[in-house]
Amino acid sequence: MTAPAFISLTVNGERVEAHVLPRLNLADFLREHLKLTGTHVGCEHGVCGACTVRVGGEIVRSCLMLAVQVNGATIETIEGLSDSGEIADLQAAFRDRNALQCGFCTPGMLMAAQDLLQRNRKPAREEIREHLSGNYCRCTGYQAIIDAVENTARSRMERSA
Amino acid sequence: MSSIRVNPETLSVLDRPNSYIGKTVPRPNLDRLLQGRAAYVSDMELPRMAHVAFLRSPHAHAKIVSLDAAAARQMPGVIAIVTGKELADVITPWVGVLSHLKGLKSAPQSAIAIDRVCWQGEAVAAIVATNRAAAEDAAEHVAVEYQELEAVTDMRAALDAATPVIHASLGDNLAFERLHDAGAVDQAFAESDAVVEAEFVFGRHTGVTLEPRAVVADWNAAEARLTIYQGTQAPHMVQNIAALHLGLRESQVRVVCKDVGGSFGIKVHIYADEMATYALSKLLRRPIKFVADRVESFNTDIHARDHRCKGKIGVKRDGTITAFEIDDLTGIGPYSMYPRTSAIEANQVVNLVGGPYTSKNYRARARVVFQNKNVMCQYRAVGHPIACSVTEGLVDLAAMKIGMDPVEIRRRNLIKDDAYPCASPSGLRFEQLSHHASLTKIVEMMGYDALRAEQAALRKTGVYRGIGIASFIEVTNPSAAFYGVGGAKISSQDGVAVRLDAQGSVICQTSITEQGQGSEALTAQIVGSVLGVSMDRVRVILGDTDMTPYGGGTWASRGAGIGGEAALQATKILRKNILDVAAAILQSTPAELDIVNNAIVNVGDGAPRIELNGLARIVYFRPDTLPPGIQPELMATKHFVPREYPFAFTNGVQAAWVEVDTDTGFVKLLKHWVVEDCGTIINPQLVDEQIRGGVVQGLGAALFEKCIYDERGQLTNANMADYLVPMSGEMPDIDVGHVVSPTRESELGAKGAGEAGTAGAAAAVTNAVNDALRPFATIVTDIPLTPQVILTALGRI
Repeated sequence: MTAPAFISLTVNGERVEAHVLPRLNLADFLREHLKLTGTHVGCEHGVCGACTVRVGGEIVRSCLMLAVQVNGATIETIEGLSDSGEIADLQAAFRDRNALQCGFCTPGMLMAAQDLLQRNRKPAREEIREHLSGNYCRCTGYQAIIDAVENTARSRMERSA
Repeated sequence: MSSIRVNPETLSVLDRPNSYIGKTVPRPNLDRLLQGRAAYVSDMELPRMAHVAFLRSPHAHAKIVSLDAAAARQMPGVIAIVTGKELADVITPWVGVLSHLKGLKSAPQSAIAIDRVCWQGEAVAAIVATNRAAAEDAAEHVAVEYQELEAVTDMRAALDAATPVIHASLGDNLAFERLHDAGAVDQAFAESDAVVEAEFVFGRHTGVTLEPRAVVADWNAAEARLTIYQGTQAPHMVQNIAALHLGLRESQVRVVCKDVGGSFGIKVHIYADEMATYALSKLLRRPIKFVADRVESFNTDIHARDHRCKGKIGVKRDGTITAFEIDDLTGIGPYSMYPRTSAIEANQVVNLVGGPYTSKNYRARARVVFQNKNVMCQYRAVGHPIACSVTEGLVDLAAMKIGMDPVEIRRRNLIKDDAYPCASPSGLRFEQLSHHASLTKIVEMMGYDALRAEQAALRKTGVYRGIGIASFIEVTNPSAAFYGVGGAKISSQDGVAVRLDAQGSVICQTSITEQGQGSEALTAQIVGSVLGVSMDRVRVILGDTDMTPYGGGTWASRGAGIGGEAALQATKILRKNILDVAAAILQSTPAELDIVNNAIVNVGDGAPRIELNGLARIVYFRPDTLPPGIQPELMATKHFVPREYPFAFTNGVQAAWVEVDTDTGFVKLLKHWVVEDCGTIINPQLVDEQIRGGVVQGLGAALFEKCIYDERGQLTNANMADYLVPMSGEMPDIDVGHVVSPTRESELGAKGAGEAGTAGAAAAVTNAVNDALRPFATIVTDIPLTPQVILTALGRI
């Protein structure tokens, strides 16, 4: 179980092939092998949410998943979501509301917020707080983040109305 | 031209057209953070870079009998295994004392422990390998034999004769003691109608920056130069200390600090493992990276608070507070931290207790003791939460005793807004505070009377809600009085260089640093406003000792007030220099010209004369076309330090509205309000968000956060699952209001805002909980206010 294993996957639309040690977690694989350093490591045991990425459309804690488990999977990171423009409005709302200070939690926070907005187009403030309650932010006190997500939901509703 | 207006040079910069001062504008550096394209040290890689993992002591206090690394050296990827003794050839030990804290003592501390470990988590060996995982694998094969020594853990017993002395050479476990006695305290208590006493207990907690401490040290043997990439708040301080202990000149050390994943005072100190990393790079002649993992962060990032403070207040029937007395005890771990020392927090508690009030009778004792736990030092709002909780807790207890409303007793005792300048009973000088205006404003914001009515109505239905008020003062813009006078090479002045580039844009280098507060934004706002250029034309460079003027950095709420003023003054000079050149080019006079919207315009009619990029083009590429003798100077530098007041005190008041579940002991935060006065507000949104973030850190201390040690000095909850931090689900919305009393120390008039939220949040919540528990005739003075604390107070467990 210590020999490198071959994996093949899609990351942000690009085909990636690698030989990885079975113990390598997905966060370290993204950061150290693919140099996608937008995915951050905060606690390494699935509590802080800084390493949140999308695997097959679902958000996961990449520190709790092994690289060998994503063989054949489709992964999206903050770099991919930024370049595709998918969350451009959410990022703009964060910027306008100063919903980030040091920015270390922000990629994971954006991942989790976009996940909520895809499931629930009109979340109540309490639902936003609840959905993001697995993402730790030491700087903002959360209110600005909740406001930014709420503002994004509102403007998406207006655009689609 | 008879219609010339007053030269705008004589107007305040706040009044200039298109000023950004006082406006909410987005921070220019946010996009890279939002897109995952920031440059945190933990993301960094350099050619030939190796990784260090530290083997850390499992014991709180033990003798290192032997250390055998032979097997570990054979592990794959291992480059070197270095002990404390070996590293001592490269880096000298240090002692964390300052001469102005009279009597403060500490023992020499080494980068890696030699012979003895003094807390669980102290490093005993460095394992350097090609990657972190390989280093950790090898660490498991380093055999260390320890002889366990008795651990001093309870601060209350640290000074007992029967307790072992941690550092024999110091004689006892007392690091520092301060006594203060002002006015006539005994007489004041004797003449009081009521005297109330309580003991306030503050849990030891820590910063939990989401990005752990991280450093890459790169010794280039050919250049004989060390480049340190580190998430730090004070690059020049790191430069000075690294050079001093590695035997280098400061010019041989460059400190680079790009993006930092949270700091809050955690990253303003010099840590042993960081010193070891610098030394390892020099020893091994290659870049070495250290990133603390989360367990290491809990065991080695400075802890804070952990005070037991007895308090006493005297009051007359009419509400007049007659005297305050405190006896504070705190345990700081085995060493005073370097170079800021671990006596500052207790010293601040003595300074700040009673600070908002008129009573001149004040007696205090503070004792700081050594113990075998992780080191403790300055963390956001140093000393403030303790002083505020003790003061405001006592004021509420006094009010309760004489049957007076908490707002009313404050109205009767807070220093009047027209009484300034004046001094506190501990000798602090106040330039201008606004306690009464702030209190009036918060009472209005929260709808105090309606909340009281709601509280009374709900109480009849068995719902227990409470209101807590906490007035506070806050130390900002520190001068050399904080550290410099005690001998620390920590700059209290800051510098800014500003220049016009060849396309008419501005490059601004500042010695303050950015960890998310908005240093870059506020600097660009000031430069843009004073010069008359749009913010997108201003590029701010910070966090690099090779690239910026010398200065203190960003800590103790000094960035805006000190670095901001330096930016203002430097830009005024640049503006004058540009207008001089413009006058020469346009055959006008500087008084007839202004800079507005990136162009030179007539003062009289606002007509554009020449774009700044046109002016810059002439200066840099066609100076031959300028009149004879003109030598344009399109770069200016200024430094600033407050000289009149040692600290720019700010003030404010917080209020909490909480509900206590008397069956479960859970406290629900319903709403929180803050009114604060930080002087001139440069960017309202950034100030409000500093306050909100600060409040939530204070709420964490109030309700959740505690480093739990067992009696053997083992930290039992060193992970984020067991150490609770505030998450979005439990936090309330926070309304923020302002009163504005600019400091006259600077033209900008800005004071700090970074500590205000943390300073008063726990006091407001504790007072609110006690207000809610009034029908049960019980008091809680222990934070965090866990369900266990509440249920114990209620006699339910």
